[in-house]
Formats: sequence, C-alpha cells, structure tokens
Amino acid sequence: MRGKPLETANIVEKVAFNLLKQAVIYLPEDVKQALQKAYAEETSEAGKTQLKAILDNVELAEKYQAPICQDTGTIIFYVKAGARAEDLDKAEEALTKATRRATVEVPLRPNSVNPFTQKNSGDNTGRLIPYINWEIVPGDSIEITVMPKGGGSENTCVTGMLVPGEGIKGLKKFVVDAVIRAGAKPCPPNILGIGIGGGADISIKLAKKALLRPLNEPNPDPELTELEQEIFEAVNMTGIGPMGLGGKTTVLDVHVDYAYRHPASYPAAVAFQCWAARRATARINADGKVEYLTHKMW
Amino acid sequence: MTVYKLKTPISEEEIRKLKVNDVLYITGTMVTARDQAHRRALEHFKQGKPLPISLEGLAVFHCGPVMKKEREKWIPVAAGPTTSTRMDIFEDEFIKNFKVRVIIGKGGMGRRTTEAMAKYGAVYGAFTGGAAVLAAKAIKSVRNVEWFDLGMPEAMWILEVEEFGPLAIAIDSHGNNLFMEVQKKVEENKQRIYQKLGLSP
Repeated sequence: MRGKPLETANIVEKVAFNLLKQAVIYLPEDVKQALQKAYAEETSEAGKTQLKAILDNVELAEKYQAPICQDTGTIIFYVKAGARAEDLDKAEEALTKATRRATVEVPLRPNSVNPFTQKNSGDNTGRLIPYINWEIVPGDSIEITVMPKGGGSENTCVTGMLVPGEGIKGLKKFVVDAVIRAGAKPCPPNILGIGIGGGADISIKLAKKALLRPLNEPNPDPELTELEQEIFEAVNMTGIGPMGLGGKTTVLDVHVDYAYRHPASYPAAVAFQCWAARRATARINADGKVEYLTHKMW
Repeated sequence: MTVYKLKTPISEEEIRKLKVNDVLYITGTMVTARDQAHRRALEHFKQGKPLPISLEGLAVFHCGPVMKKEREKWIPVAAGPTTSTRMDIFEDEFIKNFKVRVIIGKGGMGRRTTEAMAKYGAVYGAFTGGAAVLAAKAIKSVRNVEWFDLGMPEAMWILEVEEFGPLAIAIDSHGNNLFMEVQKKVEENKQRIYQKLGLSP
C-alpha cells in the first residue's frame, strides 16, 4: 500500500461498503444457530410464533437481498489499525463515504438526526457519525468491523455507579433489574453485553464491544464463564420471552468484560443487542488482499 | 385463539369481536406514523386542519420504513415495527380524534392507550419486531407519502396491504393487555430470581 494513498482509501471504502451490506442482510451463522436452537426449545406458544416469524424473516432477507430489519441502525465501526499500516489518515473519510454509498445502494434507512434541529441528514452521517472506535494493534493490517446498532435495543442500555460494598451481588441485581425494566422493548431474545469497572464511559464501551463476540465462542477469561452462565439462567427465568409475549427465551447469550475499578467506584453497564445482532468483519492486509472474516459468501 | 382476516375500513362492531391472543391479518389501507407524525396529526386536529387522509376505520403502523424509489415509484424494502411505548403519550387522543381501529407496533402500550381502546373500540396488534422483510412483502403498493419533510422514517406513508400479519392481538377493546399480564408474571418471577442469586429484595 506504500506510496498509494488513494488506492488504500479506495480499498477501505469498498470493504466497508461490502461489510455494511453483508451485515444488514445476512445474520452471522452463530446468531442464526442460536435462534434456531431457541425456536426448537421454546415452550410458550406465543414465543414460538415470534421465533418462527423471526426465522422466516431471516430467510426472506437473504432471498430478496433486503435488510433483515428496517432499522439498519446507527453505523458504528471498530477498527484495529496496525501500528505500521499506511495511510490511516484516509480511513475516516473512506468509512464515511462507504456509509453514504451504502445508504443509497443497499439501501440503509437514514438514521442520523441533528439533536437540536431534529433534522435528518438523510445519508447516515453527521457530527461523529459514523462513529469509529480506534484500537492500535501490532502489525501492518487494518481490521474493520461494522456494527449497525438498532435504536430499540439502544434505548434500554443502562450505566450505573453501583455500591462497591455490594460487590458482585449488586452487579447481578443491576443486570436482572435492567432486563426486567427493558421488557419487550429491545426486541428479545437479546444478547447482553455487561461491562464492569474503569469508569462510567469505560464500562459502557466494554459492554457494547462485548456484543461483538460470536455466540459460540467462550469468554477468553474462563473465570467469567460461570458468571455469564449464572446471569444467563437468571434472566431467562423472567418469562419475558420472544418479543415480550412470554416464554423462556429472553436472552440468547451473556457476554461480560471488565476493567479494574477505582476503590470508591463500581461502574457497571448493560448493553442490549436485539435478535437481529448484526456485525461483519474483514481484514485488509498490507499487500491489499482482503479477508472477510464473518461472512463467507463474499 | 381465533384467526381473523379483516378489510379496511374496519367497523367498531367488527373490532370488538377480537380478544387478546387472537391473530389478525389486515387487507386494505394502512398508514405509518411514528413520534413526529403523531405530534403533527394532533396539532392539525387542534387547529382544525384536515389530515392528508381520513384515518377512520384504518390501521396505523408504528414503523419507519426503508423505501426505495424506482422509476418515480416507491418500493418498500424493509418495514418492521418500531417500539410503540414512545407513542403512548399521543395514542389515546389519536384513537379518539381519528377513529383508527388497529394500532400495529411492537413492545405493547400502556394503561392510557388500553383505556382509550376499550372506550372508543380499537385493538393493538403486535407484529414481530425486526421482521421487516415479512412486513414489506405484505405491502402491495405505496399509495403516497405525506409529510416527507419529517424524514423517511418519520413521514406518513400511505400503504395498500394484503393479508398483513400475523398480528398477535395484545390489547383488545375490552381492557385486556397481554403485555401487562406478562409483566405481572415477570414481577412474580423476579422474587424467585433474587432468591436464586442470593439477593435481598
């Protein structure tokens, strides 16, 4: 890519466009499998009807190459930028261009609104949108993940500054209460991302990023597996069920991540992801070769 | 559970037959309205201005669709429901003033809307959240779009639909609210969950 900034920008734009298209039309295999398993195991009639409609819809979206859900979300990118990758200064513009193009060509619903004038920009861009989370990693490749994040499930996300003395018990109560308060609103069955520690901003960032972990992949920290399982079982006892019409499938998975905390603070956050848990990732290598990591059909 | 197939305009008498847990499919005219369209419609009513279309006997869909324009014609791409609770602050007045018979959305609605539905004769049909292609395929044509200045999701789309559903009747015109029933059970389950986790209530 050395000495060819325009070419790098073009590759980033093309890849980001493909990722946006893949993400909104095709659910990742692990999410589909989790939904099929939920359908097979759900015992409530109302819940089963909802899961059937969900699976039918996923199939129709693939058949007609249409977005799974009309809420194609706020466009959020996670970029792992190799410290030695070239032309990273062109990446932001390229991601914004890709978002504009995808809005017209996929199409995506224009979801970017000025909070003061209430005016919709019409192309999914605006101040700080699409939002880019940067991470610098060793190497010279660029890995791009897109998470089109729906508004319904975003509206039930919560952060809290818990009481340190209550420890992990306080956290469990915080999560259970958040799921019950959310009820039908975040389009269950959901994936829960739970972020702990760091600070108010860090906990919600960790929670949201935890949503990107595939559902069939265990937590890289085995000590957290037990906590995830315990919360998973607890929140599925609520009876909220698919779309809040009752049943035993309220969440498909629970993902926990954490940072160390200040002695006086216990920040915690719960990020909700709807059943249409859309994400897509690709890696651009230094020689310009692209590997699509979540969607194999491309 | 009974399956109903109704054509718009729907009369009060027809809608009062429906009970929670029934399933409804609608054929005829439906309009989309989210927060902004609800607000504007009620403002128009207050000022004595007519709406772009009479809503009497029709269905209102809480939906911000993705539409595509091909050769001057709007084509629905994805049109699933949005969260209905945001419209709770408008819906009782909306049902009363415009005599709509069916409200379609996801997530259910609260006491105020439930009472208005019982008083004026309307039901709430839950459409599976996110099932946007399923919904789009039941829309046979886009008749018109009004209030496009509100943006694509907030505009009022006037749609002709065929067997639009399945709609799970979650609020009927007799004061029953399925979502509130589930919520009540969830509150009971909460104590069992706290106990399991060793938490004090």
